[in-house]
Amino acid sequence: MEFVTHHPVLVVSLIKIAIALFVVMTALAYLTWFERKVVARIQSRWGPYWVGPHGLLQPLADGIKFLFKEDIVPPAADKISYVLAPFLALALALTTLALIPIGPATISILGQPTQLVISHSNVALILLFAISSIGIYAVVLAGWSSNSKYPLMGGLRSSAQMISYEVSLTLSVVGVLLIAGSFDFYDIVGGQSGHWVHVIPKWHIFPQILGFICYLTAAIAETNRVPFDLPEAETELVAGFHTEYSSFKFAMFFMAEYANMITVSCLATLLFLGGWLSPFPETGAWRWQLYLPAAGLIIAGIGLIVGGLRGVQLSAKLVFPVLGIVCLGVGYLCTLPGVMPVIQGPFWFTAKVFFLLFFYVWARGTLPRFRYDQLMSFGWKFLLPLSLINLVVTSLVVVLRLR
Amino acid sequence: MNGSYLDSYAPLLLMFLLAAGLAAVLIIASSVVGRHLKVRAKDQPYECGIRPTGDAREPYSVHFYMVAMIFILFDIEAIFLYPWAIVFKQLNMFGFVEMLLYIAILVVGYIYLWKKGALEWK
Repeated sequence: MEFVTHHPVLVVSLIKIAIALFVVMTALAYLTWFERKVVARIQSRWGPYWVGPHGLLQPLADGIKFLFKEDIVPPAADKISYVLAPFLALALALTTLALIPIGPATISILGQPTQLVISHSNVALILLFAISSIGIYAVVLAGWSSNSKYPLMGGLRSSAQMISYEVSLTLSVVGVLLIAGSFDFYDIVGGQSGHWVHVIPKWHIFPQILGFICYLTAAIAETNRVPFDLPEAETELVAGFHTEYSSFKFAMFFMAEYANMITVSCLATLLFLGGWLSPFPETGAWRWQLYLPAAGLIIAGIGLIVGGLRGVQLSAKLVFPVLGIVCLGVGYLCTLPGVMPVIQGPFWFTAKVFFLLFFYVWARGTLPRFRYDQLMSFGWKFLLPLSLINLVVTSLVVVLRLR
Repeated sequence: MNGSYLDSYAPLLLMFLLAAGLAAVLIIASSVVGRHLKVRAKDQPYECGIRPTGDAREPYSVHFYMVAMIFILFDIEAIFLYPWAIVFKQLNMFGFVEMLLYIAILVVGYIYLWKKGALEWK
């Protein structure tokens, strides 16, 4: 108890980190399930179906299977860097999430008022980029330390690709910084409040549409996703830089990849899509929007109950109605006056991040892979000049509007 | 000032420590749990089932090195633009012209690289 009174910040952030890690690990697991389901539907398949109702326990089964697989460290490998690579990848991918705020509200934990972010820094954006850039080392180390040809080629390709698109990624954000004038996510999102002609939200995506396109393309390339997944081009390089990895070390690279996907989607939401701001004006006529989170949960709950009872699988008939009742309960909680204002920010933030993640999966389901020379010339000859032009035009407009 | 500094960065350090701890636990768990059966063939580097020839520590295309050098050039440019973007509204027209000069110098280098074929992937 004395520790709590002496170091309130540490204890409160410990609680927040525990919640954040739990939520993120669950989200990672179910993102794989979601991806497999969506890609399966795009390809007219069912996707995971038999492990639990509609394959809902598939991520858990995968995790257990990974854990019980044989963990091979090749004798030819450089042991220290071989183990260090997956460790760095996952640890850094999770650390970046500490800088991402999910709402404007201030809540109270153990009597301490605290914000909905783990680490509120005034240079959060730079810190985030700095931490996520170290993640490239994981790929290089994994490729080199395996001492095998496919990982080496995969690692080299991957690092060349990641650093090429990193330039466009960092440059595409400068346009937003010019308008916002701050590295602090709270200021950046705060500057996007309000509406043009009462309907169009003042999000940076509208003046910065070029920057947004550059950012999104570069972000997909940074996270090594389709159509830029050359580092792990199965048909050419077996599995790329993690060919020699097995057991949970192999899984950790995937966890890191999905965590990075979540991070760049959160960043895109904060910088371009207005973060936790609602797309509707905050006038009296739009007060009903405060009930949207509750309404969404209640509709989802009813859908789960009805759909579950009409389902074919026995497990679905048992589990889905229970989940539906939980949804209804949480939906009711969201209408309570103490909870309603707090839940608005996280609701819109999650909705936008979810949409971006869906976009990621959608791209994977529809686009073919680039060839390596196309990839490099696209990054250097198209994306880089485009983000530079965007930067110059934005600064010109900003300076002319100041006069 | 000191207090607020610690307030914002101590949680970040804590997050890193916990995330690193989680990663370490996963690595240790995977090497403890699960069966281990040493077979000579299993220890060889993977090469599509054929017997591995030579070592992976071989020279590779110099082009990767070139990309790394170009990256350093342009990434430093991007990093210099960050503080500039923050104080841009105070600098006003002066800042805009200075930045144009700065970018112009880099664009000259960029055109040189393009003409030299450094951005070409062979």
